[in-house]
Amino acid sequence: MERTTLDLWVGVFVVAGIAALVVLALKVGNLSTYNVSESYQLQAHFTNVGGLKPTASVRSAGVLVGRVVSIVLDTSNYDAKVTMSIDKRYQFPKDTFANILTSGLLGEQYIGLIPGGDDKMLQNGDEFKKTQSAVVLEDLIGKFLYNSSDAKK
Amino acid sequence: MSASLVELHDVNFAYDSRPILKGINMSFQKGKLIAIMGLSGCGKTTILRHIGGVLKPTRGQVKVDGQVIHELDPQGLYAMRRKMGMLFQFGALFTDMTVFDNVAFQMREHTDLPEEIIRDLVMMKLHAVGLYGTQDLMPGELSGGMARRVALARTIALDPMLIMYDEPFAGLDPISLTVVGELIRRLNDALGATSIVVTHDVQESLKIVDYVYFVSNGAIIAEGSADDIRASGEAFVKQFVHGEMDGPIPFHYPGNDFNTDLGVHA
Amino acid sequence: MNIVGGLRGIGKRVVNAVWRTGYGARFFVMTLRYSGMSFRRFRLTVREIFFSGVLSLIIILVAGMFVGMVLGLQGYETLKRYGSESALGSLVALSLVRELGPVLAALLFASRAGSAMTAEIGLMKATEQIDAMELMAVNPIARVVAPRFWAGVISMPLLAALFSAMGVFGGYVVGVVNIGVDEGSFWSQMQASVDFQHDILNGVIKSLVFGLAVTAIALFEGYDAPPTAEGVSGATTRTVVESSLAILMLDFILTAFMFQGA
Repeated sequence: MERTTLDLWVGVFVVAGIAALVVLALKVGNLSTYNVSESYQLQAHFTNVGGLKPTASVRSAGVLVGRVVSIVLDTSNYDAKVTMSIDKRYQFPKDTFANILTSGLLGEQYIGLIPGGDDKMLQNGDEFKKTQSAVVLEDLIGKFLYNSSDAKK
Repeated sequence: MSASLVELHDVNFAYDSRPILKGINMSFQKGKLIAIMGLSGCGKTTILRHIGGVLKPTRGQVKVDGQVIHELDPQGLYAMRRKMGMLFQFGALFTDMTVFDNVAFQMREHTDLPEEIIRDLVMMKLHAVGLYGTQDLMPGELSGGMARRVALARTIALDPMLIMYDEPFAGLDPISLTVVGELIRRLNDALGATSIVVTHDVQESLKIVDYVYFVSNGAIIAEGSADDIRASGEAFVKQFVHGEMDGPIPFHYPGNDFNTDLGVHA
Repeated sequence: MNIVGGLRGIGKRVVNAVWRTGYGARFFVMTLRYSGMSFRRFRLTVREIFFSGVLSLIIILVAGMFVGMVLGLQGYETLKRYGSESALGSLVALSLVRELGPVLAALLFASRAGSAMTAEIGLMKATEQIDAMELMAVNPIARVVAPRFWAGVISMPLLAALFSAMGVFGGYVVGVVNIGVDEGSFWSQMQASVDFQHDILNGVIKSLVFGLAVTAIALFEGYDAPPTAEGVSGATTRTVVESSLAILMLDFILTAFMFQGA
């Protein structure tokens, strides 16, 4: 095999391999949503985060606006403290609602933001005052059974 | 009398506890072509491997150019090996390289010569073995005799002061045999090198060598010039040189008596 | 007498295994130590990338495509029962990027390139080419072994990435083009569930480790092969068996470390 053809093939191979990695990162993975622009951090307390995980998405009106950075137990009042990083391009009013939602029956859990009408915007390090916890299926079923047996009486 | 290039003093060597070499003393004079002869498996190749520093003697020492081989550090050993060339039994050409790259191998590894000069040198070496024009072939495309000559060209690539041949005649047709034999003699004289030929091909080597060591069972049993050997009265040498079937080396493998095993009682 | 013989047999095997492990480890360290030439004269390594990487391309691409298509079909059949066909993209991508890409690519690499490496080095040894090199004052580990080692380590992650990318494409063809899963949800669900660091980078790390293990085993088996026809063929078989086992065992260990609790 000629040296130059060999070099050419190896070049094609390496470029194709790296291209495949880039495609995986951008098209298949979520690298395109990493640090696309500056971000700022916000916090929220939930009584129950359900199956929410770090790196879960934060959406508003279905649009991805940020990611969950960490979830820790706040021992001052024993609820979950969720830190999320939000794209700087998106600002939210002080009275924005943060809900933990599920995409589809078996889908991943994410945080949905429903903006309020306040003039003041949330700043880096601020906290969502109004939150709604994850819907835990077992609780829901329990409630339903309790209610229906109540109604019969 | 010229000085010796290679000297072996009381070299002993054993694999595990099986002795291969027993007290070998040899001295190879500069500029000479010396043969080490003996039966297959008598330790001839082991002697070459000691000179090349691949094996280390259990006792005794091997001196090349005044230095004890097994006392050299790796750098020293590699420096010494650059001054040696070895032709392996079946040539040991690198099968993934062309003839040209094979011959150029050491020049590229050990020198910073520009490619044009390497080209000229390779062509000279190939011309010296009569194979100018084969440079673009792969080793697999060569006949046995040609491969041996290419390997010879590769061996002399860096003009070594010591050339070792491990069974250079094995498996060659009569014409190639004469060609290789003649080449060994001519290259030795042209390069002013010292050559050691390990072989069991008596007739071919007696034609070209200056001195012969006869080895049997790891010990030297006879030595002398070609004429001395031809005229030797030693029974083993006689059997070997003339290729007789029976003699000190018996035809039958030493085992139980055949008749006894068959149950035939005399 | 029989018990003594049996014990002796066990003892011999254990001693042998320990000896080989030690010898193999020493060989590996030597390879790393004499790796300078593989990078100073990178052409040597490039040549080996051609033989181990480029020549494995076809099998990797075709296998990746088919594995992706099968995943698309099977995944669809299973997800349909729960009405979550839209999760097909994440199922295909996650299984490929985390597991199947690195593992299957490495298994194919072991049987395609690893066995070839063993046979080549074994034959070089059998025909005294390694000895010849040593006597020409050229270190065969630096000149022959190390470039092949680095070529394998470089090729493996690239091959695994190509395998996964082809697989995702195969899943897309079957899922979206053939079956008609919604294209938008296929990609968006995939992107929502595949994390760059957690899934893709870990996959790359896995394939790097597999590449390292496969080439190290292949080269050692070749270098250690008895210089006979049976010796080389036995070593080639051992390469495929040992590297396949090593890949699957390492995969379990790496997975346990990478994905625990997440």
